[in-house]
Amino acid sequence: MSQANRLSQGGQIDRSKQINFTFNGLRYTGYEGDTLASALLANGVDIVNRSFKYSRPRGIVASNAAEPNAIVQLGSTEATQVPNVRATQQALYEGLSARSTNGWPNVNNDAMGLVGKLGGPMMGPGFYYKTFMAPASMWMTYEKFIRKAAGLGRAPNENDPDIYDHYNRHCDLLIIGAGPAGLAAALTAANSGARVIICDEQESFGGSLLETADPLNGKPASEWVSQVVEQLAANNDVLMLPRTTANGYHDHNFVTLHERRTEHLADKAPIAHQARSRMHHIRAKQVILATGAQERPVVYANNDVPGNMICSAVSAYIRRYAVVPGQKLVVTTGNDSGYQAALDWQAAGREVVAIVDCRANPDGDLVKQARQKGIRIIAGSAVFEAKGSKRVTGARVAAVDLNAFTLKGDVEDLGCDTIASSGGFSPVVHLAAHTGARPVWNEEAIGFVPGKVKGVIPVGGVDAIYPLNEVLQSGHQAAVQAIESCGYTLTPLELPKATGRVEGKAAALFQVPHLKSTSRAPKQFVDLQNDVTAAGIELATREGFESIEHVKRYTALGFGTDQGKLGNINGMAITARLLGRTIPETGTTVFRPNYTGITFGAIAGRHAGALFDPERYTAMHQWHLQRGAKFEDVGQWKRPWYFPIGNETMHEAVARECRAVREQVGILDASTLGKIDIQGKDSRDFLARVYTNKWAQLGLNKCRYGLMCKDDGMVMDDGVTTCLGDNHFLMTTTTGGAAGILEWLELWHQTEWPELEVYFNSVTDHWATMTITGPNARDLLSEITDIDLAKDSFKFMECREGMVANVPARVYRISFTGELTYEINVQANYAMHVWKALFEHEETYGLTPYGTETMHVLRAEKGFIIVGQDTDGSVTPEDLGMQWCVGYDKPFSWIGKRALSRPDTRRKDRKQLVGLLPSDPKVVLEEGAQIVFDPKQQVPMKMKGHVTSSYYSPTLGQGFALALVMGGAERMGETVFMPMADGTVYEAKIVSPIFLDPKGERQNV
Amino acid sequence: MFHIYCPYCGEHREENEFRPKGQAHIMRPKDPESCSDEEWADYLFFRDNPKGIHHEMWVHATGCRKFFNMTRDTVSYEILEVYKMGEQPKITAASRVVGGEK
Amino acid sequence: MQRYSGFGLAKHALTHNENWQRMWRNPVPKKKYDVIIVGGGGHGLATAYYLAKECGVTNVAVIEKGWLGGGNTARNTTIVRSNYLWDEAAALYEHSMKLWEGLSLDLNYNVMFSQRGVLNLGHTLQDMRDIQRRVNANRLNGIDGEVLDAQQVKEICPVLDCSPNTRYPVLGASWQPRGGVARHDAVAWGYARGADALGVDLIQQTEVVGMRIEDGQIIGVETTRGFIGAETVGCVAAGNSSVLAKMAGIKLPLESHPLQALVSEPIKPVLDTVVMSNHVHGYCSQSDKGDLVIGAGIDGYNGYGQRGSYPTIEHTLQAIVEMFPTFSRVRMNRQWGGIVDTCPDACPILSATPVKGLFFNCGWGTGGFKATPGSGNVFAWTLAKGVAHPIAAPFSIDRFVSGKLIDEHGAAGVAH
Repeated sequence: MSQANRLSQGGQIDRSKQINFTFNGLRYTGYEGDTLASALLANGVDIVNRSFKYSRPRGIVASNAAEPNAIVQLGSTEATQVPNVRATQQALYEGLSARSTNGWPNVNNDAMGLVGKLGGPMMGPGFYYKTFMAPASMWMTYEKFIRKAAGLGRAPNENDPDIYDHYNRHCDLLIIGAGPAGLAAALTAANSGARVIICDEQESFGGSLLETADPLNGKPASEWVSQVVEQLAANNDVLMLPRTTANGYHDHNFVTLHERRTEHLADKAPIAHQARSRMHHIRAKQVILATGAQERPVVYANNDVPGNMICSAVSAYIRRYAVVPGQKLVVTTGNDSGYQAALDWQAAGREVVAIVDCRANPDGDLVKQARQKGIRIIAGSAVFEAKGSKRVTGARVAAVDLNAFTLKGDVEDLGCDTIASSGGFSPVVHLAAHTGARPVWNEEAIGFVPGKVKGVIPVGGVDAIYPLNEVLQSGHQAAVQAIESCGYTLTPLELPKATGRVEGKAAALFQVPHLKSTSRAPKQFVDLQNDVTAAGIELATREGFESIEHVKRYTALGFGTDQGKLGNINGMAITARLLGRTIPETGTTVFRPNYTGITFGAIAGRHAGALFDPERYTAMHQWHLQRGAKFEDVGQWKRPWYFPIGNETMHEAVARECRAVREQVGILDASTLGKIDIQGKDSRDFLARVYTNKWAQLGLNKCRYGLMCKDDGMVMDDGVTTCLGDNHFLMTTTTGGAAGILEWLELWHQTEWPELEVYFNSVTDHWATMTITGPNARDLLSEITDIDLAKDSFKFMECREGMVANVPARVYRISFTGELTYEINVQANYAMHVWKALFEHEETYGLTPYGTETMHVLRAEKGFIIVGQDTDGSVTPEDLGMQWCVGYDKPFSWIGKRALSRPDTRRKDRKQLVGLLPSDPKVVLEEGAQIVFDPKQQVPMKMKGHVTSSYYSPTLGQGFALALVMGGAERMGETVFMPMADGTVYEAKIVSPIFLDPKGERQNV
Repeated sequence: MFHIYCPYCGEHREENEFRPKGQAHIMRPKDPESCSDEEWADYLFFRDNPKGIHHEMWVHATGCRKFFNMTRDTVSYEILEVYKMGEQPKITAASRVVGGEK
Repeated sequence: MQRYSGFGLAKHALTHNENWQRMWRNPVPKKKYDVIIVGGGGHGLATAYYLAKECGVTNVAVIEKGWLGGGNTARNTTIVRSNYLWDEAAALYEHSMKLWEGLSLDLNYNVMFSQRGVLNLGHTLQDMRDIQRRVNANRLNGIDGEVLDAQQVKEICPVLDCSPNTRYPVLGASWQPRGGVARHDAVAWGYARGADALGVDLIQQTEVVGMRIEDGQIIGVETTRGFIGAETVGCVAAGNSSVLAKMAGIKLPLESHPLQALVSEPIKPVLDTVVMSNHVHGYCSQSDKGDLVIGAGIDGYNGYGQRGSYPTIEHTLQAIVEMFPTFSRVRMNRQWGGIVDTCPDACPILSATPVKGLFFNCGWGTGGFKATPGSGNVFAWTLAKGVAHPIAAPFSIDRFVSGKLIDEHGAAGVAH
């Protein structure tokens, strides 16, 4: 039975292009222009899923983003699986493969359905809060079963083959929604020369005009749509984005648009390197919100059986997709619009059993039309129960008094297989609420309209304007307002004319009372996806939940993937009635992005994988790679960690590198350290304020180590700063601190001391830095430089400029290793040349490249700290024993000074930096090991400090460490203990943190 | 994402070019040594944190790198004015009748 | 209080669920109480509960300007753990953890506390040093914790990308097996029901707009429903703490920032544990309903709008896709934000104030939910006795004057 529900003519599908697809393993055909939903309905597929809680059979209810039931798992391969695709929003393509997300063994015969039927009464809202408590140990077992039953589709278990990109755009006017209001606005604005972006979530522009029976200028509305689209396409200042959902509205008219570029074509982008979808980041001067209004279903008993649909969806399927989803229709409505579904059904050649209208005397134009066509109208009544289980078999109808909330009179049973309901229309206000503006209740329209948002103009249906002529006008007027505020003048244009229609006043129809009370009647569903019933809402209010937020959270109303598009207003109305309040008194939620779901990959864009974060390399990186270096991430930098030769372990490599430095000469790429060029007549003064130490007497070409604190007295950064001239200094910082310190300097200068004349520039990337260190360093450097390196000519902590390997260089005699050291700085693009020039003498001097690990060991042997490793933001200069670096009597109260005299910073038992020598020389303590004085105490133990840096020293021939220990400075020679996770307790002696050459003779040679 | 007017660059730029730097107009005491511990703590840590009009600092981090001030409503996130470092705000909680949504 | 049980569910099913009782009353406020708690979120309700249950103080009102648990309690990402670095913080969070472990039975309300473990990932050598230090401290403080290498992390969480090819490869993690998640709404409702049953008045939709102080002693609060007297007032209002403090002429060292979170659409179980990464900035767990619950770092600007900026969401999902590449085709459903009151040392304030009888419980920043039971418990004690509970004492506001801050930015696990 192929496509039994397909009409032989009409619709906007292309019957010449047949498409084959699979659903739940069965093969079907459809046409180009179908959605998966329309194709399934064409093929007479009733049950598309099982509900998540009660496992009831479910069919297609809507034809757009509001669909709650037809949620499918899409994808014909593992990697291209997409969970939770809405069949009503998925264009049909050749080879599409989809499955229901729930239902075992299959959606037609679901084992859980029995559980739902029998257990249902026990599984009201919040039932899990009332049970599963004892025994407490069993909760996680119960939970496993709950978790297995939860969830709709599944994530793939292979990586995503698709890529996604982002686009930043600016425009005068962003129009969200390309229905009549949006198109009128676009036409008006484009015509007047404004820069316009217009988007629509559907496959093509037109919105309600694609489904309406109302003509424009006497012709089918779709013709006008085609004309407008053609006109806009020819305009270079207009960007048209169909298949594009505005999913989030953000502050100051920033809007995210998600464009689905290939989801209508295949499982994944068909061309290599093509983005599957694109996020447009739009900054618009003005936004026109033309998102229309969404029809609500009516709530009655068993309104979830397949065959219950909303009226506008029935019309959409017939008019747009040429599909009639059944044979015999009953309509239940409280407004005129619902009649259109019956008229369309009849025009398609199928039987309309009756239109049941809750109003006593319906009399609008559509009502008259229906009467003329001989359709039976039952007034003052409503459908109160649907019959059938896997498909509607009938509708139970009775007269209804909505105010008293009761049925009256006799019950009539109407045989039918489709019930289309229309409870009214809810403006799609979501985007206007995303930045917190609460929607406003409009009593006349029986709906919420957008709250005021600066720069956003709601038009047409979203502002509860429904007659087509008024809709077109409102779009036009809004565009006029928008373009004039952007400085354009209006070029007048003529809008098309719709034939005005007389509409009867709509009734406030939400829930239909049943013969039995709500708690005893068959389930009346409010939120189909989360199986929330009117009885459930009643229970919530019975238990004391009176805020709509509480009701929603307790029942899960609106928390599904459809975000309550069909259910929220009904739920609010029911809650209001139960609490004796009006709907606005009951309140409404503020909506948040996303309007419809967007994949993580689409939001992440290209910043995944290799592009997640930039990799920063020094000028010598290629050389390190070729030499076989292993790398460490330091911030965004890739720094060589160690250079293993052959099969060396890290331990072996580091030991060799350390020995090489202490005995011959090693070379370190230190380019990553921050370098800040400081100039200006007040530079020296400024340095004195931001550093703890003194700068007043630092002479030309002299270097000094500086310590920087925050104003709370805690050490923040350190580095060597050199005087290059009276008004010129070069500051270095830690690698990780560079950007932050530059901003810190600017902060103080710009906001506190603007009277100081001083300028800062980052030169980190300008200069490459290669540090040669070891007894052979002088001899090595003298091979390639004209600088006089004699001990008395170029002293420790001095700087010289000259040529190195024929390249202008600055050479600093500073040492982080404690050996004779020259830090050679050259312009970065010459660095590789200079580096290689040094290596021409590799054999002669035993030049050995070393990395950060060796650097750590060597500096620790000398007791030099690493900020961020030996400090953690709670350590002062005095804690580090660096009083020598603190200029207590400097005239200006430098940053950090005041805080050093607070009660806590004056404490004697603060943690202080010490050295540790393990009692067992073979032991290398664990970094992060906690230190106790008494290893025998019970847990919780009083901890007295921790090991901050710990290494094996080939020079000392044993392990050693730096640590912070309470009152450590007074505890030299004492033994402390480190209890480890495996039960071992290590012992170590507290010693000076300077393990080698305490007088610093070696760096002075 | 905010749309911020940099008073130095003279144009609106996206929020992710800037960094928020906290409450504005906090003056470091001229004579820290004569501050009590309470006063020093107040300067270091204690903040107004108003629900409503806030005067705060921003820096145009990936632009001109200048610091400037902003008067912004911390509930609606509306930016009421930006003004250069060293200047005073024209719009304050006292001067403005605060209305509208919370 | 109507007791809940599985048997009860069956019984009520037989009477069409028509006989369930209200979980709490909607009382008219009295003129005066012994204690007023301003703020009806998790911490405030827990405080009220323990005041009544353990301290014997039942003449208590909780005054909430909106609906119970509607602030940060309704908005957090539900993670529970106690693996903080410093002794003082560890004691506070572990005290809370122990209360979590018996909470459902104590409240006769299933808060769905699921101890499925928490991983804090390390991606750099310094991350791992910090992890070692923290886990060692946990261990010696009697808090469960292990340091895992990348392979062990992969075994616990197969869907996490632990390969060496990522931009910042996972080097290891701290693992707290007793950590996990709980259902945030249930915690608020469970405490509310329990407190109400013990006589506490829960007063919703009532906003405190002023405080009446005479001779340096608080005598009550002005509300949108009139004056309500009390000589002990505890403010537990999270992001709105500074607003309340101002009414009392007090300044706090707090800044209220947006903290954003998001959920995916519900999918079949794929993640059984909680994964947090400071370095790539994101954390993720999967709820019992199947949604992936994902948290971000705070937005840097002050904000009371319960929302933040879009780039934060982008960066967070970049981090999530980086950690879990197979989540790329999973859809984000919804995002939201809370207002977190951040403290300079990422630790809370549990403190008396210069106004006699006025106490503040705030500054929990991004770490409040996990502390709900412990916070309420020690604060109740403090209010009842008028002097800080020993576990609360280090968190006095005085520490900002003395300099004795307790810096938990690292262990807080969320970018500040």
